[in-house]
Parts: sequence; C-alpha cells; structure tokens
Amino acid sequence: MVLRTKGKPHNLHEFAVLKATRFKHKADNENYCLLVDDLKDIDFSKFDNELFIVTTSPLDETSFGGKSLHTIKSLSHISEDDILYIGTDGNLRTIYRKSSYQNYLLLTERCNSNCLMCSQPPKDKDDIQHLHDIHLKLIPLIPKDCFEIGLTGGEPTALGDKFFELLTLITKELPNTEVHILTNGRSFSINALAEKLGEINNPRLMLGIPLYSDFYQIHDYVVQAKDAYYQTLMGIQNLKRYNIRVEIRVVLHKITIPRLERLAEFIYRNMPFVDHVAFMGLEIMGYTKANLHDLWIDPVDYMEELEKSVSFLARRKIHTSIYNTPLCLLPQDIWGFNRKSISDWKNVYFEECNKCVLKDECGGLFASAEK
Amino acid sequence: MEKDLIQKRREFRTFKDFDYYDQSSKNSYNLMPFNFFRLNEKREVLINEIGDFILAPAGSFEKIVSKKLSKENDAELYADLISNFFISEEIYSPNIDIIANRYRTKKMFLESFTGLHIFVISLRCEHTCSYCQVSRVTQNKDKFDMNISHIDKGIDLMMKSPNPNLTMEFQGGEALLAIDNIKYAIAKTKELAPVYGKNINYVICTNLALIDEDILQYCKENSILISASLDGPKSVHDKNRNKPHASSYDLAVKGIKLSREIIGKENVSALMTTTSHSLKYPIEIVDEYFNLDFNGIFLRNISPYGFALRTQKNKYETKEFLSFYKKALNRIIQLNKEGHHFTEDFSRILLTKMLTPFNVGFVDMQSPAGLINGVIVFNYDGAVYATDESRMLAEEKDFSFKLGHLDENSYNDIFYGTKSQKISQIWANETLAGCSDCAFQQYCGADPVHNWATQGDIYGYRPTSSFCEKNMEIIRYLFELMDSDKEVKRIFENWIN
Repeated sequence: MVLRTKGKPHNLHEFAVLKATRFKHKADNENYCLLVDDLKDIDFSKFDNELFIVTTSPLDETSFGGKSLHTIKSLSHISEDDILYIGTDGNLRTIYRKSSYQNYLLLTERCNSNCLMCSQPPKDKDDIQHLHDIHLKLIPLIPKDCFEIGLTGGEPTALGDKFFELLTLITKELPNTEVHILTNGRSFSINALAEKLGEINNPRLMLGIPLYSDFYQIHDYVVQAKDAYYQTLMGIQNLKRYNIRVEIRVVLHKITIPRLERLAEFIYRNMPFVDHVAFMGLEIMGYTKANLHDLWIDPVDYMEELEKSVSFLARRKIHTSIYNTPLCLLPQDIWGFNRKSISDWKNVYFEECNKCVLKDECGGLFASAEK
Repeated sequence: MEKDLIQKRREFRTFKDFDYYDQSSKNSYNLMPFNFFRLNEKREVLINEIGDFILAPAGSFEKIVSKKLSKENDAELYADLISNFFISEEIYSPNIDIIANRYRTKKMFLESFTGLHIFVISLRCEHTCSYCQVSRVTQNKDKFDMNISHIDKGIDLMMKSPNPNLTMEFQGGEALLAIDNIKYAIAKTKELAPVYGKNINYVICTNLALIDEDILQYCKENSILISASLDGPKSVHDKNRNKPHASSYDLAVKGIKLSREIIGKENVSALMTTTSHSLKYPIEIVDEYFNLDFNGIFLRNISPYGFALRTQKNKYETKEFLSFYKKALNRIIQLNKEGHHFTEDFSRILLTKMLTPFNVGFVDMQSPAGLINGVIVFNYDGAVYATDESRMLAEEKDFSFKLGHLDENSYNDIFYGTKSQKISQIWANETLAGCSDCAFQQYCGADPVHNWATQGDIYGYRPTSSFCEKNMEIIRYLFELMDSDKEVKRIFENWIN
C-alpha cells in the first residue's frame, strides 16, 4: 500500500495538512486541497488562486497563482477525505485514511528503549517539534466519528509537555474516539506524570505497554535498558491508580517464551486490574531481521505455552487476545481469542489460504513474513 | 551532523548481551520475608507474606536461606524467587510498592467493617436435632422470640455500621416460626436502607419443614435467600436431625424443590453438619448434594464444643473428620474429572486465598478475625454476641463473648467496649505465637472463641489446637493435590472465580 509519494511544490513556503477531495465545491474550504488527476485540458486561469491543487500533471507554474503540488506519479491511492501532509520539499504523505480503522500518529522516532525486535527502530533525531506541529493541524481535521486513533513512536512520552498538550487537544476535538497509545510506560514510574494523564480525564485512553517477562533481567535485556522492568511495573501501577486503562503487550519470541506461563501468572497476581493482555506474534521488521537468530522460534513450537497462558488468564477473567497469528497454527480451544490485528496495509494471506473457509476470521500473516 | 547520526545509529544497533542486565552484586541476594512448610518427604512449599507460593523440592528452603542458591545453576528457581518477592538483589525489592498494594488487597475485607448481622429471631424449634445447641420445643413465644423492641434496636445498630453492604441473616431455632417478626424487620430495614445508604441482602436459615408457597412468594418479592439444612441422604439426615413424627429429610428435599421453583435455584443453598454418624458416609453425602443438583457442598465439621457435645456420641477426633473430608473431597474431584462442575466450598475459600491476589470475607478464617469485624449476633433475648458460636456458648451459661445488651448498650459500648478491646488484642494471627511464623498464616485466621471453648484461654495454644490441626492439614493436602496432579490444579482453578 502506498502511503507516501512526491511531487513538485509550487508557492509552498510552509508545510500543509489538508483533507483531500476531488470535488471542486468542497475544495473551496480552506481545510481542503483539490485532487486533479489530469490537467491537460484544463484552463488554469479558471482556478481560484485560493485553491490548493494536488495533481499528477505538470503544472505551468506561471499560469497559476495558488499553491500546488504537481507532477505526482499517481494519486490513485488517495481516497476522498483522506488527510495529507504536503511538505515544502514536495513530500506527499497520507497521514489519515478515512476508510481505515488503523490510523496511527507517529509522534517521534526517539525512544528510551531499544528493543531487540523493534519493528520501527528508534532514531536519535530531533523530530518532535516538526511532527508535533503537523499533528496539531491534523487532529482538528479528523472526522468526529473516527472510531479509533493510535499514538505511537518511538516513545510518545518523549514529547514531554507536548504529549499532554496533544492529548488535551484530542480529548477536546475527538471526544468519541478511542485513543490507543503505544508506550513503554516507563515515564509513568513518576507518579506525577500518571496523575497529569489522569487529569486529562479521557475515559477512552488505552495505554498499550509491553511487558516481556516476570523476571527483570529478561525484560531489561529484551528492551535493552536497565531498570526498564521496574519502571514499567511502577508505571502500570501508577496509571491504574488514576483509572487509566492499560493493555499489556507481550511479543512472542525465543526469549519471552520460556517464562510465558509465569508471566501470565505474574500479571494476574500483581496486576489483575489491567484491562487487556495481548500476546503478539513476531513481526519480521526493523531490528528483528538483525536479531533473528536470537529471536526466532517457529510458532508451532510455542503453541503449548501460548495455550496455557491464554487459557489461564481467561479463566481468571482477564480480557485476553492473540494478535498476528494465523488460525491454522493455534489450538482450536483458543481460537476465540484470536484477533485480526495486522494493519490492513501489511496483512497478507498465502495462496493456500484462499481455500480456507475461515479466512475471513483469520489473523493472517505479516507481509514481511513472506520473505 | 549526518556523520553523527550514522555513528549513533551504529551504537543503537550494537546490542548488549543478557549478562549486561544482571543487577546482582557478586552473585549475592537478600532474603525477603517468607515461610515454608514440608508437604511430604519430597516436596515443600515456600509462601511469602502476600500468600504467593512456590512448590519446590525438599531442601530448597534451607538452600535459599543459607545463601547457597546460585543464579547460574539454579536459574529458574532463582528467577521465580526474585519475581515473586522471596529474595531480592537489592536491600529491598524495587517492587516494594507493588507488594504494599498486594498486601492492602489481601486485607481489603477490613475496609468496611461489620457486614453480617445475625438476628436470632426465635429460639423455638420443632426439630430436636442431636447436635443442636439451641433447640427448644415450646410454644412460649414471649420468652423465646425476639421482641419488636429488640428487633428495632438491632436494626438501629445495624444501620450504624460503616459498611454500605449489609447482610441481615435470620436464624433460629427455626426462623420460620417467627415469620411475622421477620416480615416486620425486613419492612423496617427497607424503609431505612435508603436513608442510611445501605444495600441489604436478606437470608433466612431454615430447616424448610414449615416452608410454603406463601412464604416463598414473600421471599421472591423481597429478594430473600434461603439457606437450608441438609446433612446428606435420608439415612444420615434423619438420624442427625430428628423431627418428632416426621421425616426431616423428606420435608427438606420437598422444601428445596419448592423453593427453587419459586425463588430460583441460585437463591437456594444448603449447609451440612458432619456428625460422628455422618463420618461413615462421605461418598453418600457428596452424592446426595450432587444428585440434588447443587453446585457444591460445604463440608463442615461439628463445633467441637458447647451444647453439641453434651453427649459423648457426637464427639469425634479432628483426624477422623480429616479422613472423612479427604474421602469426600476425592469423590468431588472425581466428579469434576468426569466433566461436572461441583465444588467443595471450604476448599474453594482456601483456594481463593491461595491462588488469587484477593481474599474472601469468610468470618471463620480471617485475620484480624471475623468476629466484630465481619459479624455480630443479636440474640433472641436482646443480648449481643461476637459470633454465632459465642451465643451457643451462652446457652451453656458461658457469657465470655457477650458484648452487651440491646437495652443497655450503645454502638460504641458494643463495638469499642472493653470486651471488644480485649478480644482485638488476640484476633490477628500475625501477632499470635505459633501463627506469626506459620507458613499458612495468609490463608488462615484467628478464632479466639474456639481457643476459649476448647482450651480455656482466648490466646490459644497452637500445638494442640484442633483449629490448627484441621486447617493446616487441609491446606497442606490441597497443595499436595495440586502439586501432584496438574488436572486437579486445573479443576481447582475453575472453582475460584
């Protein structure tokens, strides 16, 4: 799936965040840009200079006084009311897809952990202000009936005060939208930060926090950060102190599997108040490729541990899910916990899967796993 | 700039190995508070202060406390001990706040104070059971029924409880002999409950002999639960529970069926008492409950004191009860292995304490004890007792646990008076010799009334206590069963909710 492309900017002095439309009457609104797939036969002088035109055609820059991004290879990937980022350098990125349930805002690529299997390895570059400015413009444009948005990174809390500013804005603009935040939770070991998040008072927040072992050393090794385990546990406790919903995320690989059942018991005994536990198949992306030797275990070989852990938590009435795993690998008694979780743009099925009657219910595979 | 970035990226991608994250200094560790118990010759159980346990080979405890455990060679046990707060690589565990939270959760039953209020609505009874402390076959209502003034005063005290969730339980004698007074009391509390912000559950304890459709319709309209007496099959029940000129069993079974029809199966429970006669029929008693479609059974020993034992024929040794209990429990496990969901409810209470981070508000097994904290008894004559057993002692002219009288004493006199204060000094097993270092402390409780009645001393002497003998052996046995049979562990996990 194409989410980014490039064109030639015209009259663009600062980046723009705009909704896309192919209807002229909608494009009169300042929040919109007009998508034009073929300009050949069009008289530019007839276009209002207030318009922002995004087009595949080369634009005669002298004939149009408005703003434009032109000579783009294709616009076929952009749907009506998608939200676009248009950079002064000509970058065109789809940052919100109206038809998708899986819209994520990447808040920063900075992170205070460095997980062995990170699918989106951190980068130490100062991207926070720029991305923040984009998101401040984006959030008011998101449809009010948006079911869910995700906030991800890097580590979202690396934004500091901007993180809370963003959530305050989301709470105001999108009161009916579920907000799923992927964080390592370490920052919330500082109680005041959990308290501050509680003060935003948005009952639709859900923090997805990874916990990879009940034993500190294994967790710290996986996330490549000393004290991360204790900080994360304290963070979860503090968040629940302020009634903020928490989902524990466990990635299944060679290092986490041996103590998986103990982790399930540990979660139940020490954090029975968590709102969700998700066991997640490994995505062969980012760092995982480099560390595959240390991480890879054939899912067939961990099904017993997974089944025991999932059914234990379910018996103890903890809401539990399995992500990123095709049904055909799972023992049938835990099929009910399987979710279609892979983002649509990276979800694939094998040729063989077309013969399967349960394909519609199946989580399928990561596109990256095909290789 | 670009060069810096590449350099940093390279640093990011050089991953540290597992040992780098080891926080121990010189492979040493500190002990956190925990105890142990030998389950049998081969196995022992280690239990920490919040009731988490580790089953381990015999000798593990000694190895751990003598600091001979190796992080490298005993890696799995070592990690188990660290993550479950038995040992720590720091002076105290960085998880200390989690432990504190866990401890608070285990003691949460203390948060709202007295919930169960027992009203002995009448001492009269039409049964003459061999073991009953209180039975009186009499028509003298004035003397043996709780009068309206005492009902009013009892309700006033109940409304003063800080607990928003109250249970009002009507006991006897046979409670239904005073059904008019029960109706009066319930009507009155329904009026007062919204004023005091109380949510009240009602329970009538009855032998069901007098139950009829009218009473049950009334129960249905007022959401009243029925707690019946059923000792087992006809041969056992009728021998234990004598009703002149009738079969108590036939009436009880008929009453259970009628009650279920009218107020719903989930609102009808039954309770058994194990007599010396019952001891011979563990399987039959379990099967009786199972065949009557109960979800479980509470295997309850006879109170080893008071009126119940006025004749020697009811007396039996704790070990006889334990043998009965195990046979019955194994029958229940067998039923579960055959695919039925059927519980033993004393075990279920213990297992909830053992296998979950929560506790159970079960007044016989908590520390601080359930008396006063969890339950109070208003007797038919207006006297106030700490527990149901306390008022039974009073029937034997022992008023040790009489806290006051509804006509004479205020809420503060009763709940904070000198007698309550005295009892409160010995009601926590954390402070009692023999309990304070017991591995099963977190699962068990303190019972000053039992100590007094059996040993003549409210503090109690643990080595010869029948309370300890029974509870410790049942807890040990539950561990042994779970340790030796994974299927049993799975069954037990399904019992708790």
